[in-house]
Amino acid sequence: MSATQVHDTDGKPVFYLKDEHHPENSTMLGFWLYLMSDCLIFAVLFATHGVLGRNYAAGPSPADLFDLSLVAINTAMLLLSSITYGFAMLQMERNARMETLVWLGITGVFGAAFLALELYEFYHLIHEGAGPTRSAFLSSFFTLVGTHGLHVTFGIIWLITLMVQVKKHGLNPENRRRLMCLSMFWHFLDVIWIGVFSFVYLLGVLG
Amino acid sequence: MHRAAYETILDDPMFGDISLTQFIFGRLTWEAIPYHEPILVVTFAVVALGGIALLGLITRFRLWGYLWNEWFTSVDHKKIGIMYIILAIIMLLRGFADAIMMRIQQAIAFNGSEGYLNAHHYDQIFTAHGVIMIFFVAMPFVTGFMNYVVPLQIGARDVSFPFLNNFSFWMTTGGAVIIMMSLFVGEFARTGWLAYPPLSGADYSPGVGVDYYIWGLQVAGVGTTLSGINLIATIVKMRAPGMTFMKMPVFTWTSLCTNILIVATFPILTATLALLSLDRYVGTNFFTNDLGGNPMMYINLIWIWGHPEVYILVLPAFGIFSEVVATFCGKRLFGYTSMVYATCVIMILSYIVWLHHFFTMGSGASVNAFFGITTMIISIPTGAKMFNWLFTMYRGRIRYEVPMLWTVGFMVTFVIGGMTGVMLAIPPADFVLHNSLFLIAHFHNVIIGGVLFGLMAGVVYWFPKAFGYRLDPFWGKMSFWFWQIGFFFAFMPLYVLGLMGVTRRVSQFEDPSLQIWFVIAAFGAALIALGIASFVIQLVVSFLRRDQLRVTGDPWDGRTLEWSTSSPPPDYNFAFTPVVHDHDSWYDMKNRGYERPLEGFKPIHMPKNTGTGVVLSAISVVLAFALIWYIWWLAALSFIALIAVSIAHTFNYDRDFFIPAETVTATEDAHTKLLQERT
Repeated sequence: MSATQVHDTDGKPVFYLKDEHHPENSTMLGFWLYLMSDCLIFAVLFATHGVLGRNYAAGPSPADLFDLSLVAINTAMLLLSSITYGFAMLQMERNARMETLVWLGITGVFGAAFLALELYEFYHLIHEGAGPTRSAFLSSFFTLVGTHGLHVTFGIIWLITLMVQVKKHGLNPENRRRLMCLSMFWHFLDVIWIGVFSFVYLLGVLG
Repeated sequence: MHRAAYETILDDPMFGDISLTQFIFGRLTWEAIPYHEPILVVTFAVVALGGIALLGLITRFRLWGYLWNEWFTSVDHKKIGIMYIILAIIMLLRGFADAIMMRIQQAIAFNGSEGYLNAHHYDQIFTAHGVIMIFFVAMPFVTGFMNYVVPLQIGARDVSFPFLNNFSFWMTTGGAVIIMMSLFVGEFARTGWLAYPPLSGADYSPGVGVDYYIWGLQVAGVGTTLSGINLIATIVKMRAPGMTFMKMPVFTWTSLCTNILIVATFPILTATLALLSLDRYVGTNFFTNDLGGNPMMYINLIWIWGHPEVYILVLPAFGIFSEVVATFCGKRLFGYTSMVYATCVIMILSYIVWLHHFFTMGSGASVNAFFGITTMIISIPTGAKMFNWLFTMYRGRIRYEVPMLWTVGFMVTFVIGGMTGVMLAIPPADFVLHNSLFLIAHFHNVIIGGVLFGLMAGVVYWFPKAFGYRLDPFWGKMSFWFWQIGFFFAFMPLYVLGLMGVTRRVSQFEDPSLQIWFVIAAFGAALIALGIASFVIQLVVSFLRRDQLRVTGDPWDGRTLEWSTSSPPPDYNFAFTPVVHDHDSWYDMKNRGYERPLEGFKPIHMPKNTGTGVVLSAISVVLAFALIWYIWWLAALSFIALIAVSIAHTFNYDRDFFIPAETVTATEDAHTKLLQERT
């Protein structure tokens, strides 16, 4: 904006631009704002877990239920998927379409592995009688972790859609912008998961 | 243990045992149609006849194509803004019908009389009144103004994400449709407008009422959040060159703060309602009385959204008053900088006062004292604003046009409401006044006196901008005076009743000495009805007299950029992007020899219309309906359709076009000719 001329050569004020004005692209800001709004949804779920997380209602507690080694593998899957997404972005910067697609594919596989482990964990818990209806603790646990898992699911659907679009239209500016957005989304889910891992699983097991 | 939705299916001896009708229609039966309620049957007949007549007229005059191409699929922020306001006005009529029914009921339900509404019906009416007035009148009204005015005030051609804007509008409308459906199919919630659990849980509200409430708000909430994001991005990124933050018009400032509040609070509402729906549908125990649930958690969460919400509504109204006062006093706004800071302080403080809605929760003296004090502090920036407006008027050349009348009416009314608010902020006093009619009088005092008066001022102020002719001043004054006097008749008695200990949401009374106050309040409501009627007459009369009331660009001698272009503005808003030197930039341009460019126009880059917003919203309504009535196959189908349509939309890369330079030249020449004829 500072480059705009405010006075013409005679010193008279300039009141309009003669050339076409190109405002900055707002997508990144807009998407970042969306992520913050999503972050608030997680904030509510974390707060709810903070308040209700010890209301076991004479049912099982985290120490009885959580298998930390399984969660550790799960966490590794998600963190690795973030790294591989980073590699995909590096390939995008190099304008290498095929390599970008390969790394995106690997990211998707890690994401799917994460989801599979999470579903296994859920299935196991429900099977043991520790389903979301058992106690307020389990309600908030399933909702917080499940909401994160739902986000990863939509992330994978989005990832596949983008892979098709990159294959079809190449790394054009629109697709680059979309890959950037998904990148922010994917790393955001990583950050949320670190919160889940620390506050729900680790602190939970500590009691 | 209560039965959650999924259990009703799983508990059947065999899943296959549910009858075919149950599978197809869920819990929807003929019993859901309230044909045994004469009031509803008559309402339905009137609505149906009116609807058929309207659809018939549209078909008769072949307007479907025009409406679809020029309005429904439009991504033009001006048209979307107008559609938001039309939605708000229609819903205002519905919400007010509820209000007048309550006033009549309370005026006659004495001495053993049950009145004409049973408790079951009355409870739905007060819930619907609150929900509709806040979510589907005030919110779309405010969003409509922000949509219409902000891009024009910052010298932009549209918002940052034009398609998203259209989608947001249709989601809001979808929410309104869901709420309206509950009138004729099933019932609405009987819980009050915030649906506190455990009353709103599956045990005590097993019917569809609360589900209508939840899904109506969830669908509309998507639209509200996205439009908040959109407008923040627009204000931050799309301002005209030279318009630094401290040169933005005050309405744009208040819009920015409001949208920040929207983005920072609506997700909380979404999450809270999602937890309530999990309690109802899945049988979780977030807000239940047993198995570790905590109903007070819901009440805290909903007010963490709910308190900022009232500032979401009132800040844009403050912005409108600021524009109106500066324009009609012919002066710069007194204390522009303090106005901006006051707005920001209110934005932040609004986040740390929520607990004053339930001092009686029993969180102890220290917590109550903290929230009582923050609540009192928030009246300081608000008071500063009041003095800014007064000092702007001081020694100004005040023109008492209709928008200015609303503004002065606001100053008187709102200050009274603000002071009773400070009374309620004192925890010991609140223990007496909590949930009484005193509270009802207080918040109507600030919402009508603040928000509604502001919106009415805005309608009269910007109407000529949007349509090219003024609103008839006689009917405008009638509307103002009926509203102003009606308000005092309708709500001052409620203060008295509240002090005498009458609680809210009661449909019958024992003590005959109270009746006179309710009769006075009903009389006030009748005056307000005349005010609304005058407003509608004003619209009609002005339309009929539009040739006499015609204006060109700047009918009020305005000060901000929206008045620098023609009225109504062309699709592209500004042929050339303006350069800004001062916060009253149009006043500055007029003062320092601005000359309208007459040639050298270039093609203008614009976004294309799309029908995807309408389609997505329609599918969302179907999805909500299916979830409300447990029609699971339809829910699954519409959910898949929702995702499929969204993905398909992203495969369309062809989203923009250029308005050719010849069209721009022709449009601008026509405006030039009009300007010459008028002067």
